[in-house]
Amino acid sequence: MSDIQDIVGELDALTDENAEQYLTFVLAGEEYAIDVLRVREIKGWDKVTTLPRTPDYLQGVINLRGTIVPIVDLRKRFNLPEIAYGPTTVVIVLKVFGEEHDRIMGIIVDAVSDVHNLKYDSIRPAPEMKGYVDNRFVNGLATINNKMVVLMDIDALMSSAEMDEVEQPAA
Amino acid sequence: MSIDLSQFKQSFLEESDEGLDVLESGLLALDSGTADDEVIHAVFRAAHSIKGGAGTFSLTEIASFTHVMETLLDEMRDGRRAISKEAINVLLNSVDVLRELLDAARDDVPPEMSRVNEIQAKLEAVLNAGNNQATEDKQEAETESEQQEPEADGWVIKFHPHEHMLRTGNDTVRMFKELAALGDLENRVNLSGLPEFEHMDPELSYLSWILHLKKNEQQGAIDKAVIEEIFEWVEDDCDLSIEPLTSEPDDTSTSEQNDSPQPAEIPVSETITAADNVIPITGESDAQTVPSKVPAAGVQQPAEAQQKSSTRKKKATETGSIRVGTDKIDTLINMVGELVITQSMLSQMGEDFSMDKIEDLREGLAQLERNTRELQESVMRIRMLPISSSFQRFPRLVHDLGQKMNKKIELKMFGEQTELDKTVMEKIGDPLVHLVRNSLDHGIEDPQTRLAAGKSETGTITLNAYHQGGFIIIEISDDGAGLPRDKLLNKAIEKGLVTEQDNLPDEKIYDLIFHPGFSTVDQISDISGRGVGMDVVRKNIKELGGNVDVRTEEGRGTTFTIRLPLTLAILDGQLVKVGNETYIIPLVSIIESLEIETDNINTIAGTTEVYKMRDKYIPLVRLYEVFDVQPGTHRLQDCLLVVVEGDGGKAGILVDDLLSQQQVVIKSLETNYKRIQGVSGATILGDGTVALILDMSGLLTLAKEIEPVQNYQNQTYANG
Repeated sequence: MSDIQDIVGELDALTDENAEQYLTFVLAGEEYAIDVLRVREIKGWDKVTTLPRTPDYLQGVINLRGTIVPIVDLRKRFNLPEIAYGPTTVVIVLKVFGEEHDRIMGIIVDAVSDVHNLKYDSIRPAPEMKGYVDNRFVNGLATINNKMVVLMDIDALMSSAEMDEVEQPAA
Repeated sequence: MSIDLSQFKQSFLEESDEGLDVLESGLLALDSGTADDEVIHAVFRAAHSIKGGAGTFSLTEIASFTHVMETLLDEMRDGRRAISKEAINVLLNSVDVLRELLDAARDDVPPEMSRVNEIQAKLEAVLNAGNNQATEDKQEAETESEQQEPEADGWVIKFHPHEHMLRTGNDTVRMFKELAALGDLENRVNLSGLPEFEHMDPELSYLSWILHLKKNEQQGAIDKAVIEEIFEWVEDDCDLSIEPLTSEPDDTSTSEQNDSPQPAEIPVSETITAADNVIPITGESDAQTVPSKVPAAGVQQPAEAQQKSSTRKKKATETGSIRVGTDKIDTLINMVGELVITQSMLSQMGEDFSMDKIEDLREGLAQLERNTRELQESVMRIRMLPISSSFQRFPRLVHDLGQKMNKKIELKMFGEQTELDKTVMEKIGDPLVHLVRNSLDHGIEDPQTRLAAGKSETGTITLNAYHQGGFIIIEISDDGAGLPRDKLLNKAIEKGLVTEQDNLPDEKIYDLIFHPGFSTVDQISDISGRGVGMDVVRKNIKELGGNVDVRTEEGRGTTFTIRLPLTLAILDGQLVKVGNETYIIPLVSIIESLEIETDNINTIAGTTEVYKMRDKYIPLVRLYEVFDVQPGTHRLQDCLLVVVEGDGGKAGILVDDLLSQQQVVIKSLETNYKRIQGVSGATILGDGTVALILDMSGLLTLAKEIEPVQNYQNQTYANG
């Protein structure tokens, strides 16, 4: 029954201007969502060239059809236990809006789920809690298919300020 | 008018910059007496266009200032005034003032009027001094007729446009409308010039008019100059006469229009024709303007809106547009065509491929490689501009400085058509200026000294540019005094840079001038002598991937030679391997590579490692440590040392292996990430992976900062 309700809800949302589409992905058993308009492409995992003297969650850079794109490992970013990269490991290439200009960056996630429509009023604010996902990066919480989904703020997460976090020279 | 002119303003500013260049070079030519008749006309037209354009965009300060210049130039081109040196100097100063005014207009700030007024006063003084008897007579005649004017009721204007007048975008109706605003306008048209309808070309003008402009109560007397101004744009394209109106009846019987036409009185209509004819074409450009220039101006608007306009101090050479000869574009189109053919050939081959077709495949791929390479070269050539745009500022500079220093100097320029990348050219401008000023100031002697030395009174500075290999060579030479070897050496010893015993070879001594803070002059002039120029020159040139050298002969002259790569986007690199990582060291930075002899490794104070190379000690940089990667081997004797030169001096970089040398395309890291110290960019290797391009200066600085981790342990590795 609830499935049908969900589908109806989504169909509703499709025609609704008060909804947006989100791409959901899985990271360490949890579901996260990001605005689908930010997603440029989804790639399989490929070899990465490490950059020296950068935070360890910055895995490195890849060649995306001639552009150098930095890749962030979200597990490392959120201090989750690392797993080996496998055939289901996915890189989501995103467009990040920065202060001065837009950038292309990628995030490594466990797997990609689906694209859902979410109505604005179905998004609840996230409670203040100390977790591994800082509240700065969370836009809100939503429920999809009875599962809680964390809406992530990509711009805040990938902003240059964040990238500088662990960036002191080892002097 | 409801059209938005602002998008055309950028075009106007750019064209005015070019007009100013024409003005300047023309004036200099007139000054040196090498000008033909055409030059003064070109100079006048340039001023005229700027004035007109400024009027269109309501840049009143520019328009009124240029008007004074134009009046002076008009007299000169008509022969009513001799082309005097004084006049030319004032006009040259006016060009400078105009540049400032244009910059102010570009940045949308009100211009600084003090200098403008000063030079305008000088212009007017020259004008009024008008020492020709004829000019005075003319002025008397004019004042007489001026005195008559208040009595005239108006003017009779006979206006006969030439056939092609409409082509320049001028519209008769608009002009008449403006006339009508001055007083009561009566209009008689002469239709006799009209051909048969079938033969009529709508773009040509066949009509002529006689207009009576009477003053009315509201407007009062009409000034002749105001009427002239209305017809200003079309002065050259029509027959115009403006006579005072006497109280005679209709004055239609003139020599031009014998057959009295139907005196059709056409009321000045309210219609305005197509708004896009507002901008007259100045027609001064040589290369064909790429039509995309105007959209580029439009595109620049949103970009400018984002950036604060106060941070933009752009000169003509630094605008975002570029002129490309159509021949380059045609070549490009051809090459892309060939590429498409090759691609479809290859894809067809891929349709039903079998191993026996492998030879065809190889051929096809070789063809693809050729096409790609040609296309790449072709595209890079688009960014290349002839160096003449850099060189063109020098005649003026030499002229002004020569006058200032009371030296006689002739400037010769060769190879102005040599092309180089636009960005490189913009950045080479300042170093070039500095070197030329140096030659002017220290190189060329004053006339008496030269005569005493048996040289001609006039010194010569020569600029020469040519291609050699993948580089462009720019030579700046003078036949002046040359560099004083002993003076240089003494100064160096004084500053403690060298000792007497060092016994430097001559070239090393001359090289000292590039040292920061080094100057042998006894007096610092405002032109040079502070000792801050040459090192900056060398640094700037190095940043472009080139270098600068000096050759000199005392008493005979000096030559500076600048060598620059033809483009900034491509680098010759040496691929090196450290562990599993591949890095690229720019070839220009590499001095040599050698195998390590462990005996030559020493430590200073237990922390800094140095390598003894011949009789010098250079710091050792363990790349794997600096970049925190796993080295392939810890046995130093299996490693190689790449001796490089950075800003801070020489160093030896420890690598596991040397791979190939190749040309790499530089890709920016900062676009999507940010700057990393020690890394100047990245590139994509043949296998698609990313390799980092090392920046020597940053790397050496980094190596000094890093705490050498457990260096004493490494000693055991050295022996292990």
